[in-house]
Amino acid sequence: MTRPSKGPDFPPNELTDEDLRRHFPDKDEALRHYREMLRIRRFEESAARAYTRGKISGFLHLYIGQEAIAVATKEAMREGDRVVSAYRTHGFALALGCSPNACMAELQGKRDGLVGGLGGSMHFFDRARGLWGGYAIVGNHIPIAAGHAFASKYTGDGHVTVCFMGDGAVGIGPVHEGMTLSGLWDLPIVFVVENNRYSMGTPLHRTIPVEDITLRAAGYGMEHDRFRVTSVRETQERLAAAIQRAREESRPTLIEMITYRFRGHSMSDPAKYRQKDEVSAWRKQDPLERTGIALGQLHGVTEQALEAIDDEVVAEMNAALEFADHSPQPDPEVRFENITV
Amino acid sequence: MPVLQIRQAIRDAMREEMERDERVFLMGEEVGHYNGAYKASDGLLEQFGERRVVDTPIVETGFSGVGIGAAMCGLRPIIEFMTFNFSAVAFDQILNNAAKIRHMTHGQFGVPIVFRGPNGAAHMLGSTHSQSFEPFYAHIPGLKVVAVATPYDAKGLLKTAIRDDNPVVFLESELMYSVKGEVPDEEYLIPIGVADIKRPGEQVTVITWGQGVPVALKAAELAAEEGIDAEVIDLRSLRPLDDDAIIQSVKKTNRCALVYHGWPYGGVGCEVAMRIQELAFGYLDAPVARVCYEDVPFPYAENLENLCLPSPERALAAIKKVCYR
Repeated sequence: MTRPSKGPDFPPNELTDEDLRRHFPDKDEALRHYREMLRIRRFEESAARAYTRGKISGFLHLYIGQEAIAVATKEAMREGDRVVSAYRTHGFALALGCSPNACMAELQGKRDGLVGGLGGSMHFFDRARGLWGGYAIVGNHIPIAAGHAFASKYTGDGHVTVCFMGDGAVGIGPVHEGMTLSGLWDLPIVFVVENNRYSMGTPLHRTIPVEDITLRAAGYGMEHDRFRVTSVRETQERLAAAIQRAREESRPTLIEMITYRFRGHSMSDPAKYRQKDEVSAWRKQDPLERTGIALGQLHGVTEQALEAIDDEVVAEMNAALEFADHSPQPDPEVRFENITV
Repeated sequence: MPVLQIRQAIRDAMREEMERDERVFLMGEEVGHYNGAYKASDGLLEQFGERRVVDTPIVETGFSGVGIGAAMCGLRPIIEFMTFNFSAVAFDQILNNAAKIRHMTHGQFGVPIVFRGPNGAAHMLGSTHSQSFEPFYAHIPGLKVVAVATPYDAKGLLKTAIRDDNPVVFLESELMYSVKGEVPDEEYLIPIGVADIKRPGEQVTVITWGQGVPVALKAAELAAEEGIDAEVIDLRSLRPLDDDAIIQSVKKTNRCALVYHGWPYGGVGCEVAMRIQELAFGYLDAPVARVCYEDVPFPYAENLENLCLPSPERALAAIKKVCYR
């Protein structure tokens, strides 16, 4: 058992030509992944600008750097499957097909927001698209997600629940209890730890006793997997294997996806606890950038073509900002609705 | 009419609702093979099997959250706490998930769930096992909170709670599971939010609930011996509160004493007194009095525990005080 490293943590992850072909074998697929990741990144950048202009208040946790995971999740899921996540959820919302307009309006606390302006950045829900939250008390959604999986097993609906958490969550009690019950009852669920190396501003070696989080799976009687997020394709394939195990064998899996967030924990965090060379080393491994490079190297997609995609995506996000700006504040009576029925 | 114990009335309510609705299931520690720590689920495993009567390990946060997550999917879980003292470790699930999901999701999800089990002091269990949790839960918008004191109320209110589309905290009492009372054979439901006059009277209103009910009734008997005609109102529902029943009685008697299990500071009694002064201040001939736990962690020793409990004698003293007797 290895303790997490205390030094700058950016193990090299150079891709050979063979690796590139494995990660990005299909031009159309890679283009689709590129666009979807870019949509999330540009949305987050727009949100950050809106935040600095005072249009968004409260907490705003950006997903920049981790987009491949959300896009891969959408690709690996089936209709009716459920995604449950924590407070860094915008990426999942966009990947699952929630409109940027509704997402941006929610960030601004507007009537046309995803949950009518009642939730904000940390509480995104869109049942119709499979987004089952949006939980902002760290770790308390793990039993909830296990409950969704319990319901699937109880009713035999055939759906799988995919539950995400950060590396900062794995020490808290509800994670242990939710995983215990999932293993004990063989629930159709996949737990994914998005290990972005920091629990807010605290690096792994000061929060986690053992480097490999998936060692815990043995204690819960779960299968496990652990890998560096390099491409949407590989992430999707490995997640899909766990989803298939849940669906067909009703067995849970714990996956650790090693990733990195390029921004601070939230907008109020300048991330001074990280060295510049650490961030720049990880930026060289940015799955979005790498997908763009692979599209050029392997599939002959030009810079201009990628820029044209970017222009479209930026226009979409500008329109979302415009929409949110013009969406009215919620009706005052809304605060009394849906408390009890 | 058949006479049942409260534990049997609770079991019958669960059984009937499980027979009626496939989505209803029971989950908790020792609810199945052990037939319930207090035998409130006696025979249910045999009838419904392990799929619907689910024994759990000792993980209150875990199984409370699983219940909430299952309820969001449309099931109707009954979550048993062996005692509400253990609900403290699941408090976050109830506060932040069960009570908030419907509002925070703008109505996309509901949480039709019942959290039930014994609440309040029993006998010499020490401070961690002798607490009344209704103030914690009644404080929270998004929950309903019910406390029962008779087999009739227990069955009728639990059936309603299971059918309710909201999270309901359903409070029983360890010392009252054996209390007997008439329960009709035919189906009936009691709406949540309606108080019950357990003893009609004209001169003073005694407001109580749950474990306080037998104390208040005994005190009313003692008061009658001294020529005071007390009306005992069992709130039954602590959220929502039945303002009409409280105010109607106070307007009639002009005097009110609160008798309940629970600490004084910021308790449900405070909310009742607040509403009385808001809605019937001009009718009061005396300040509202209260008899409840002493403001101390519950001691173990029998003599000390007895000093902390609301007794009929202390309740009688409060009744006499508001009558200036």
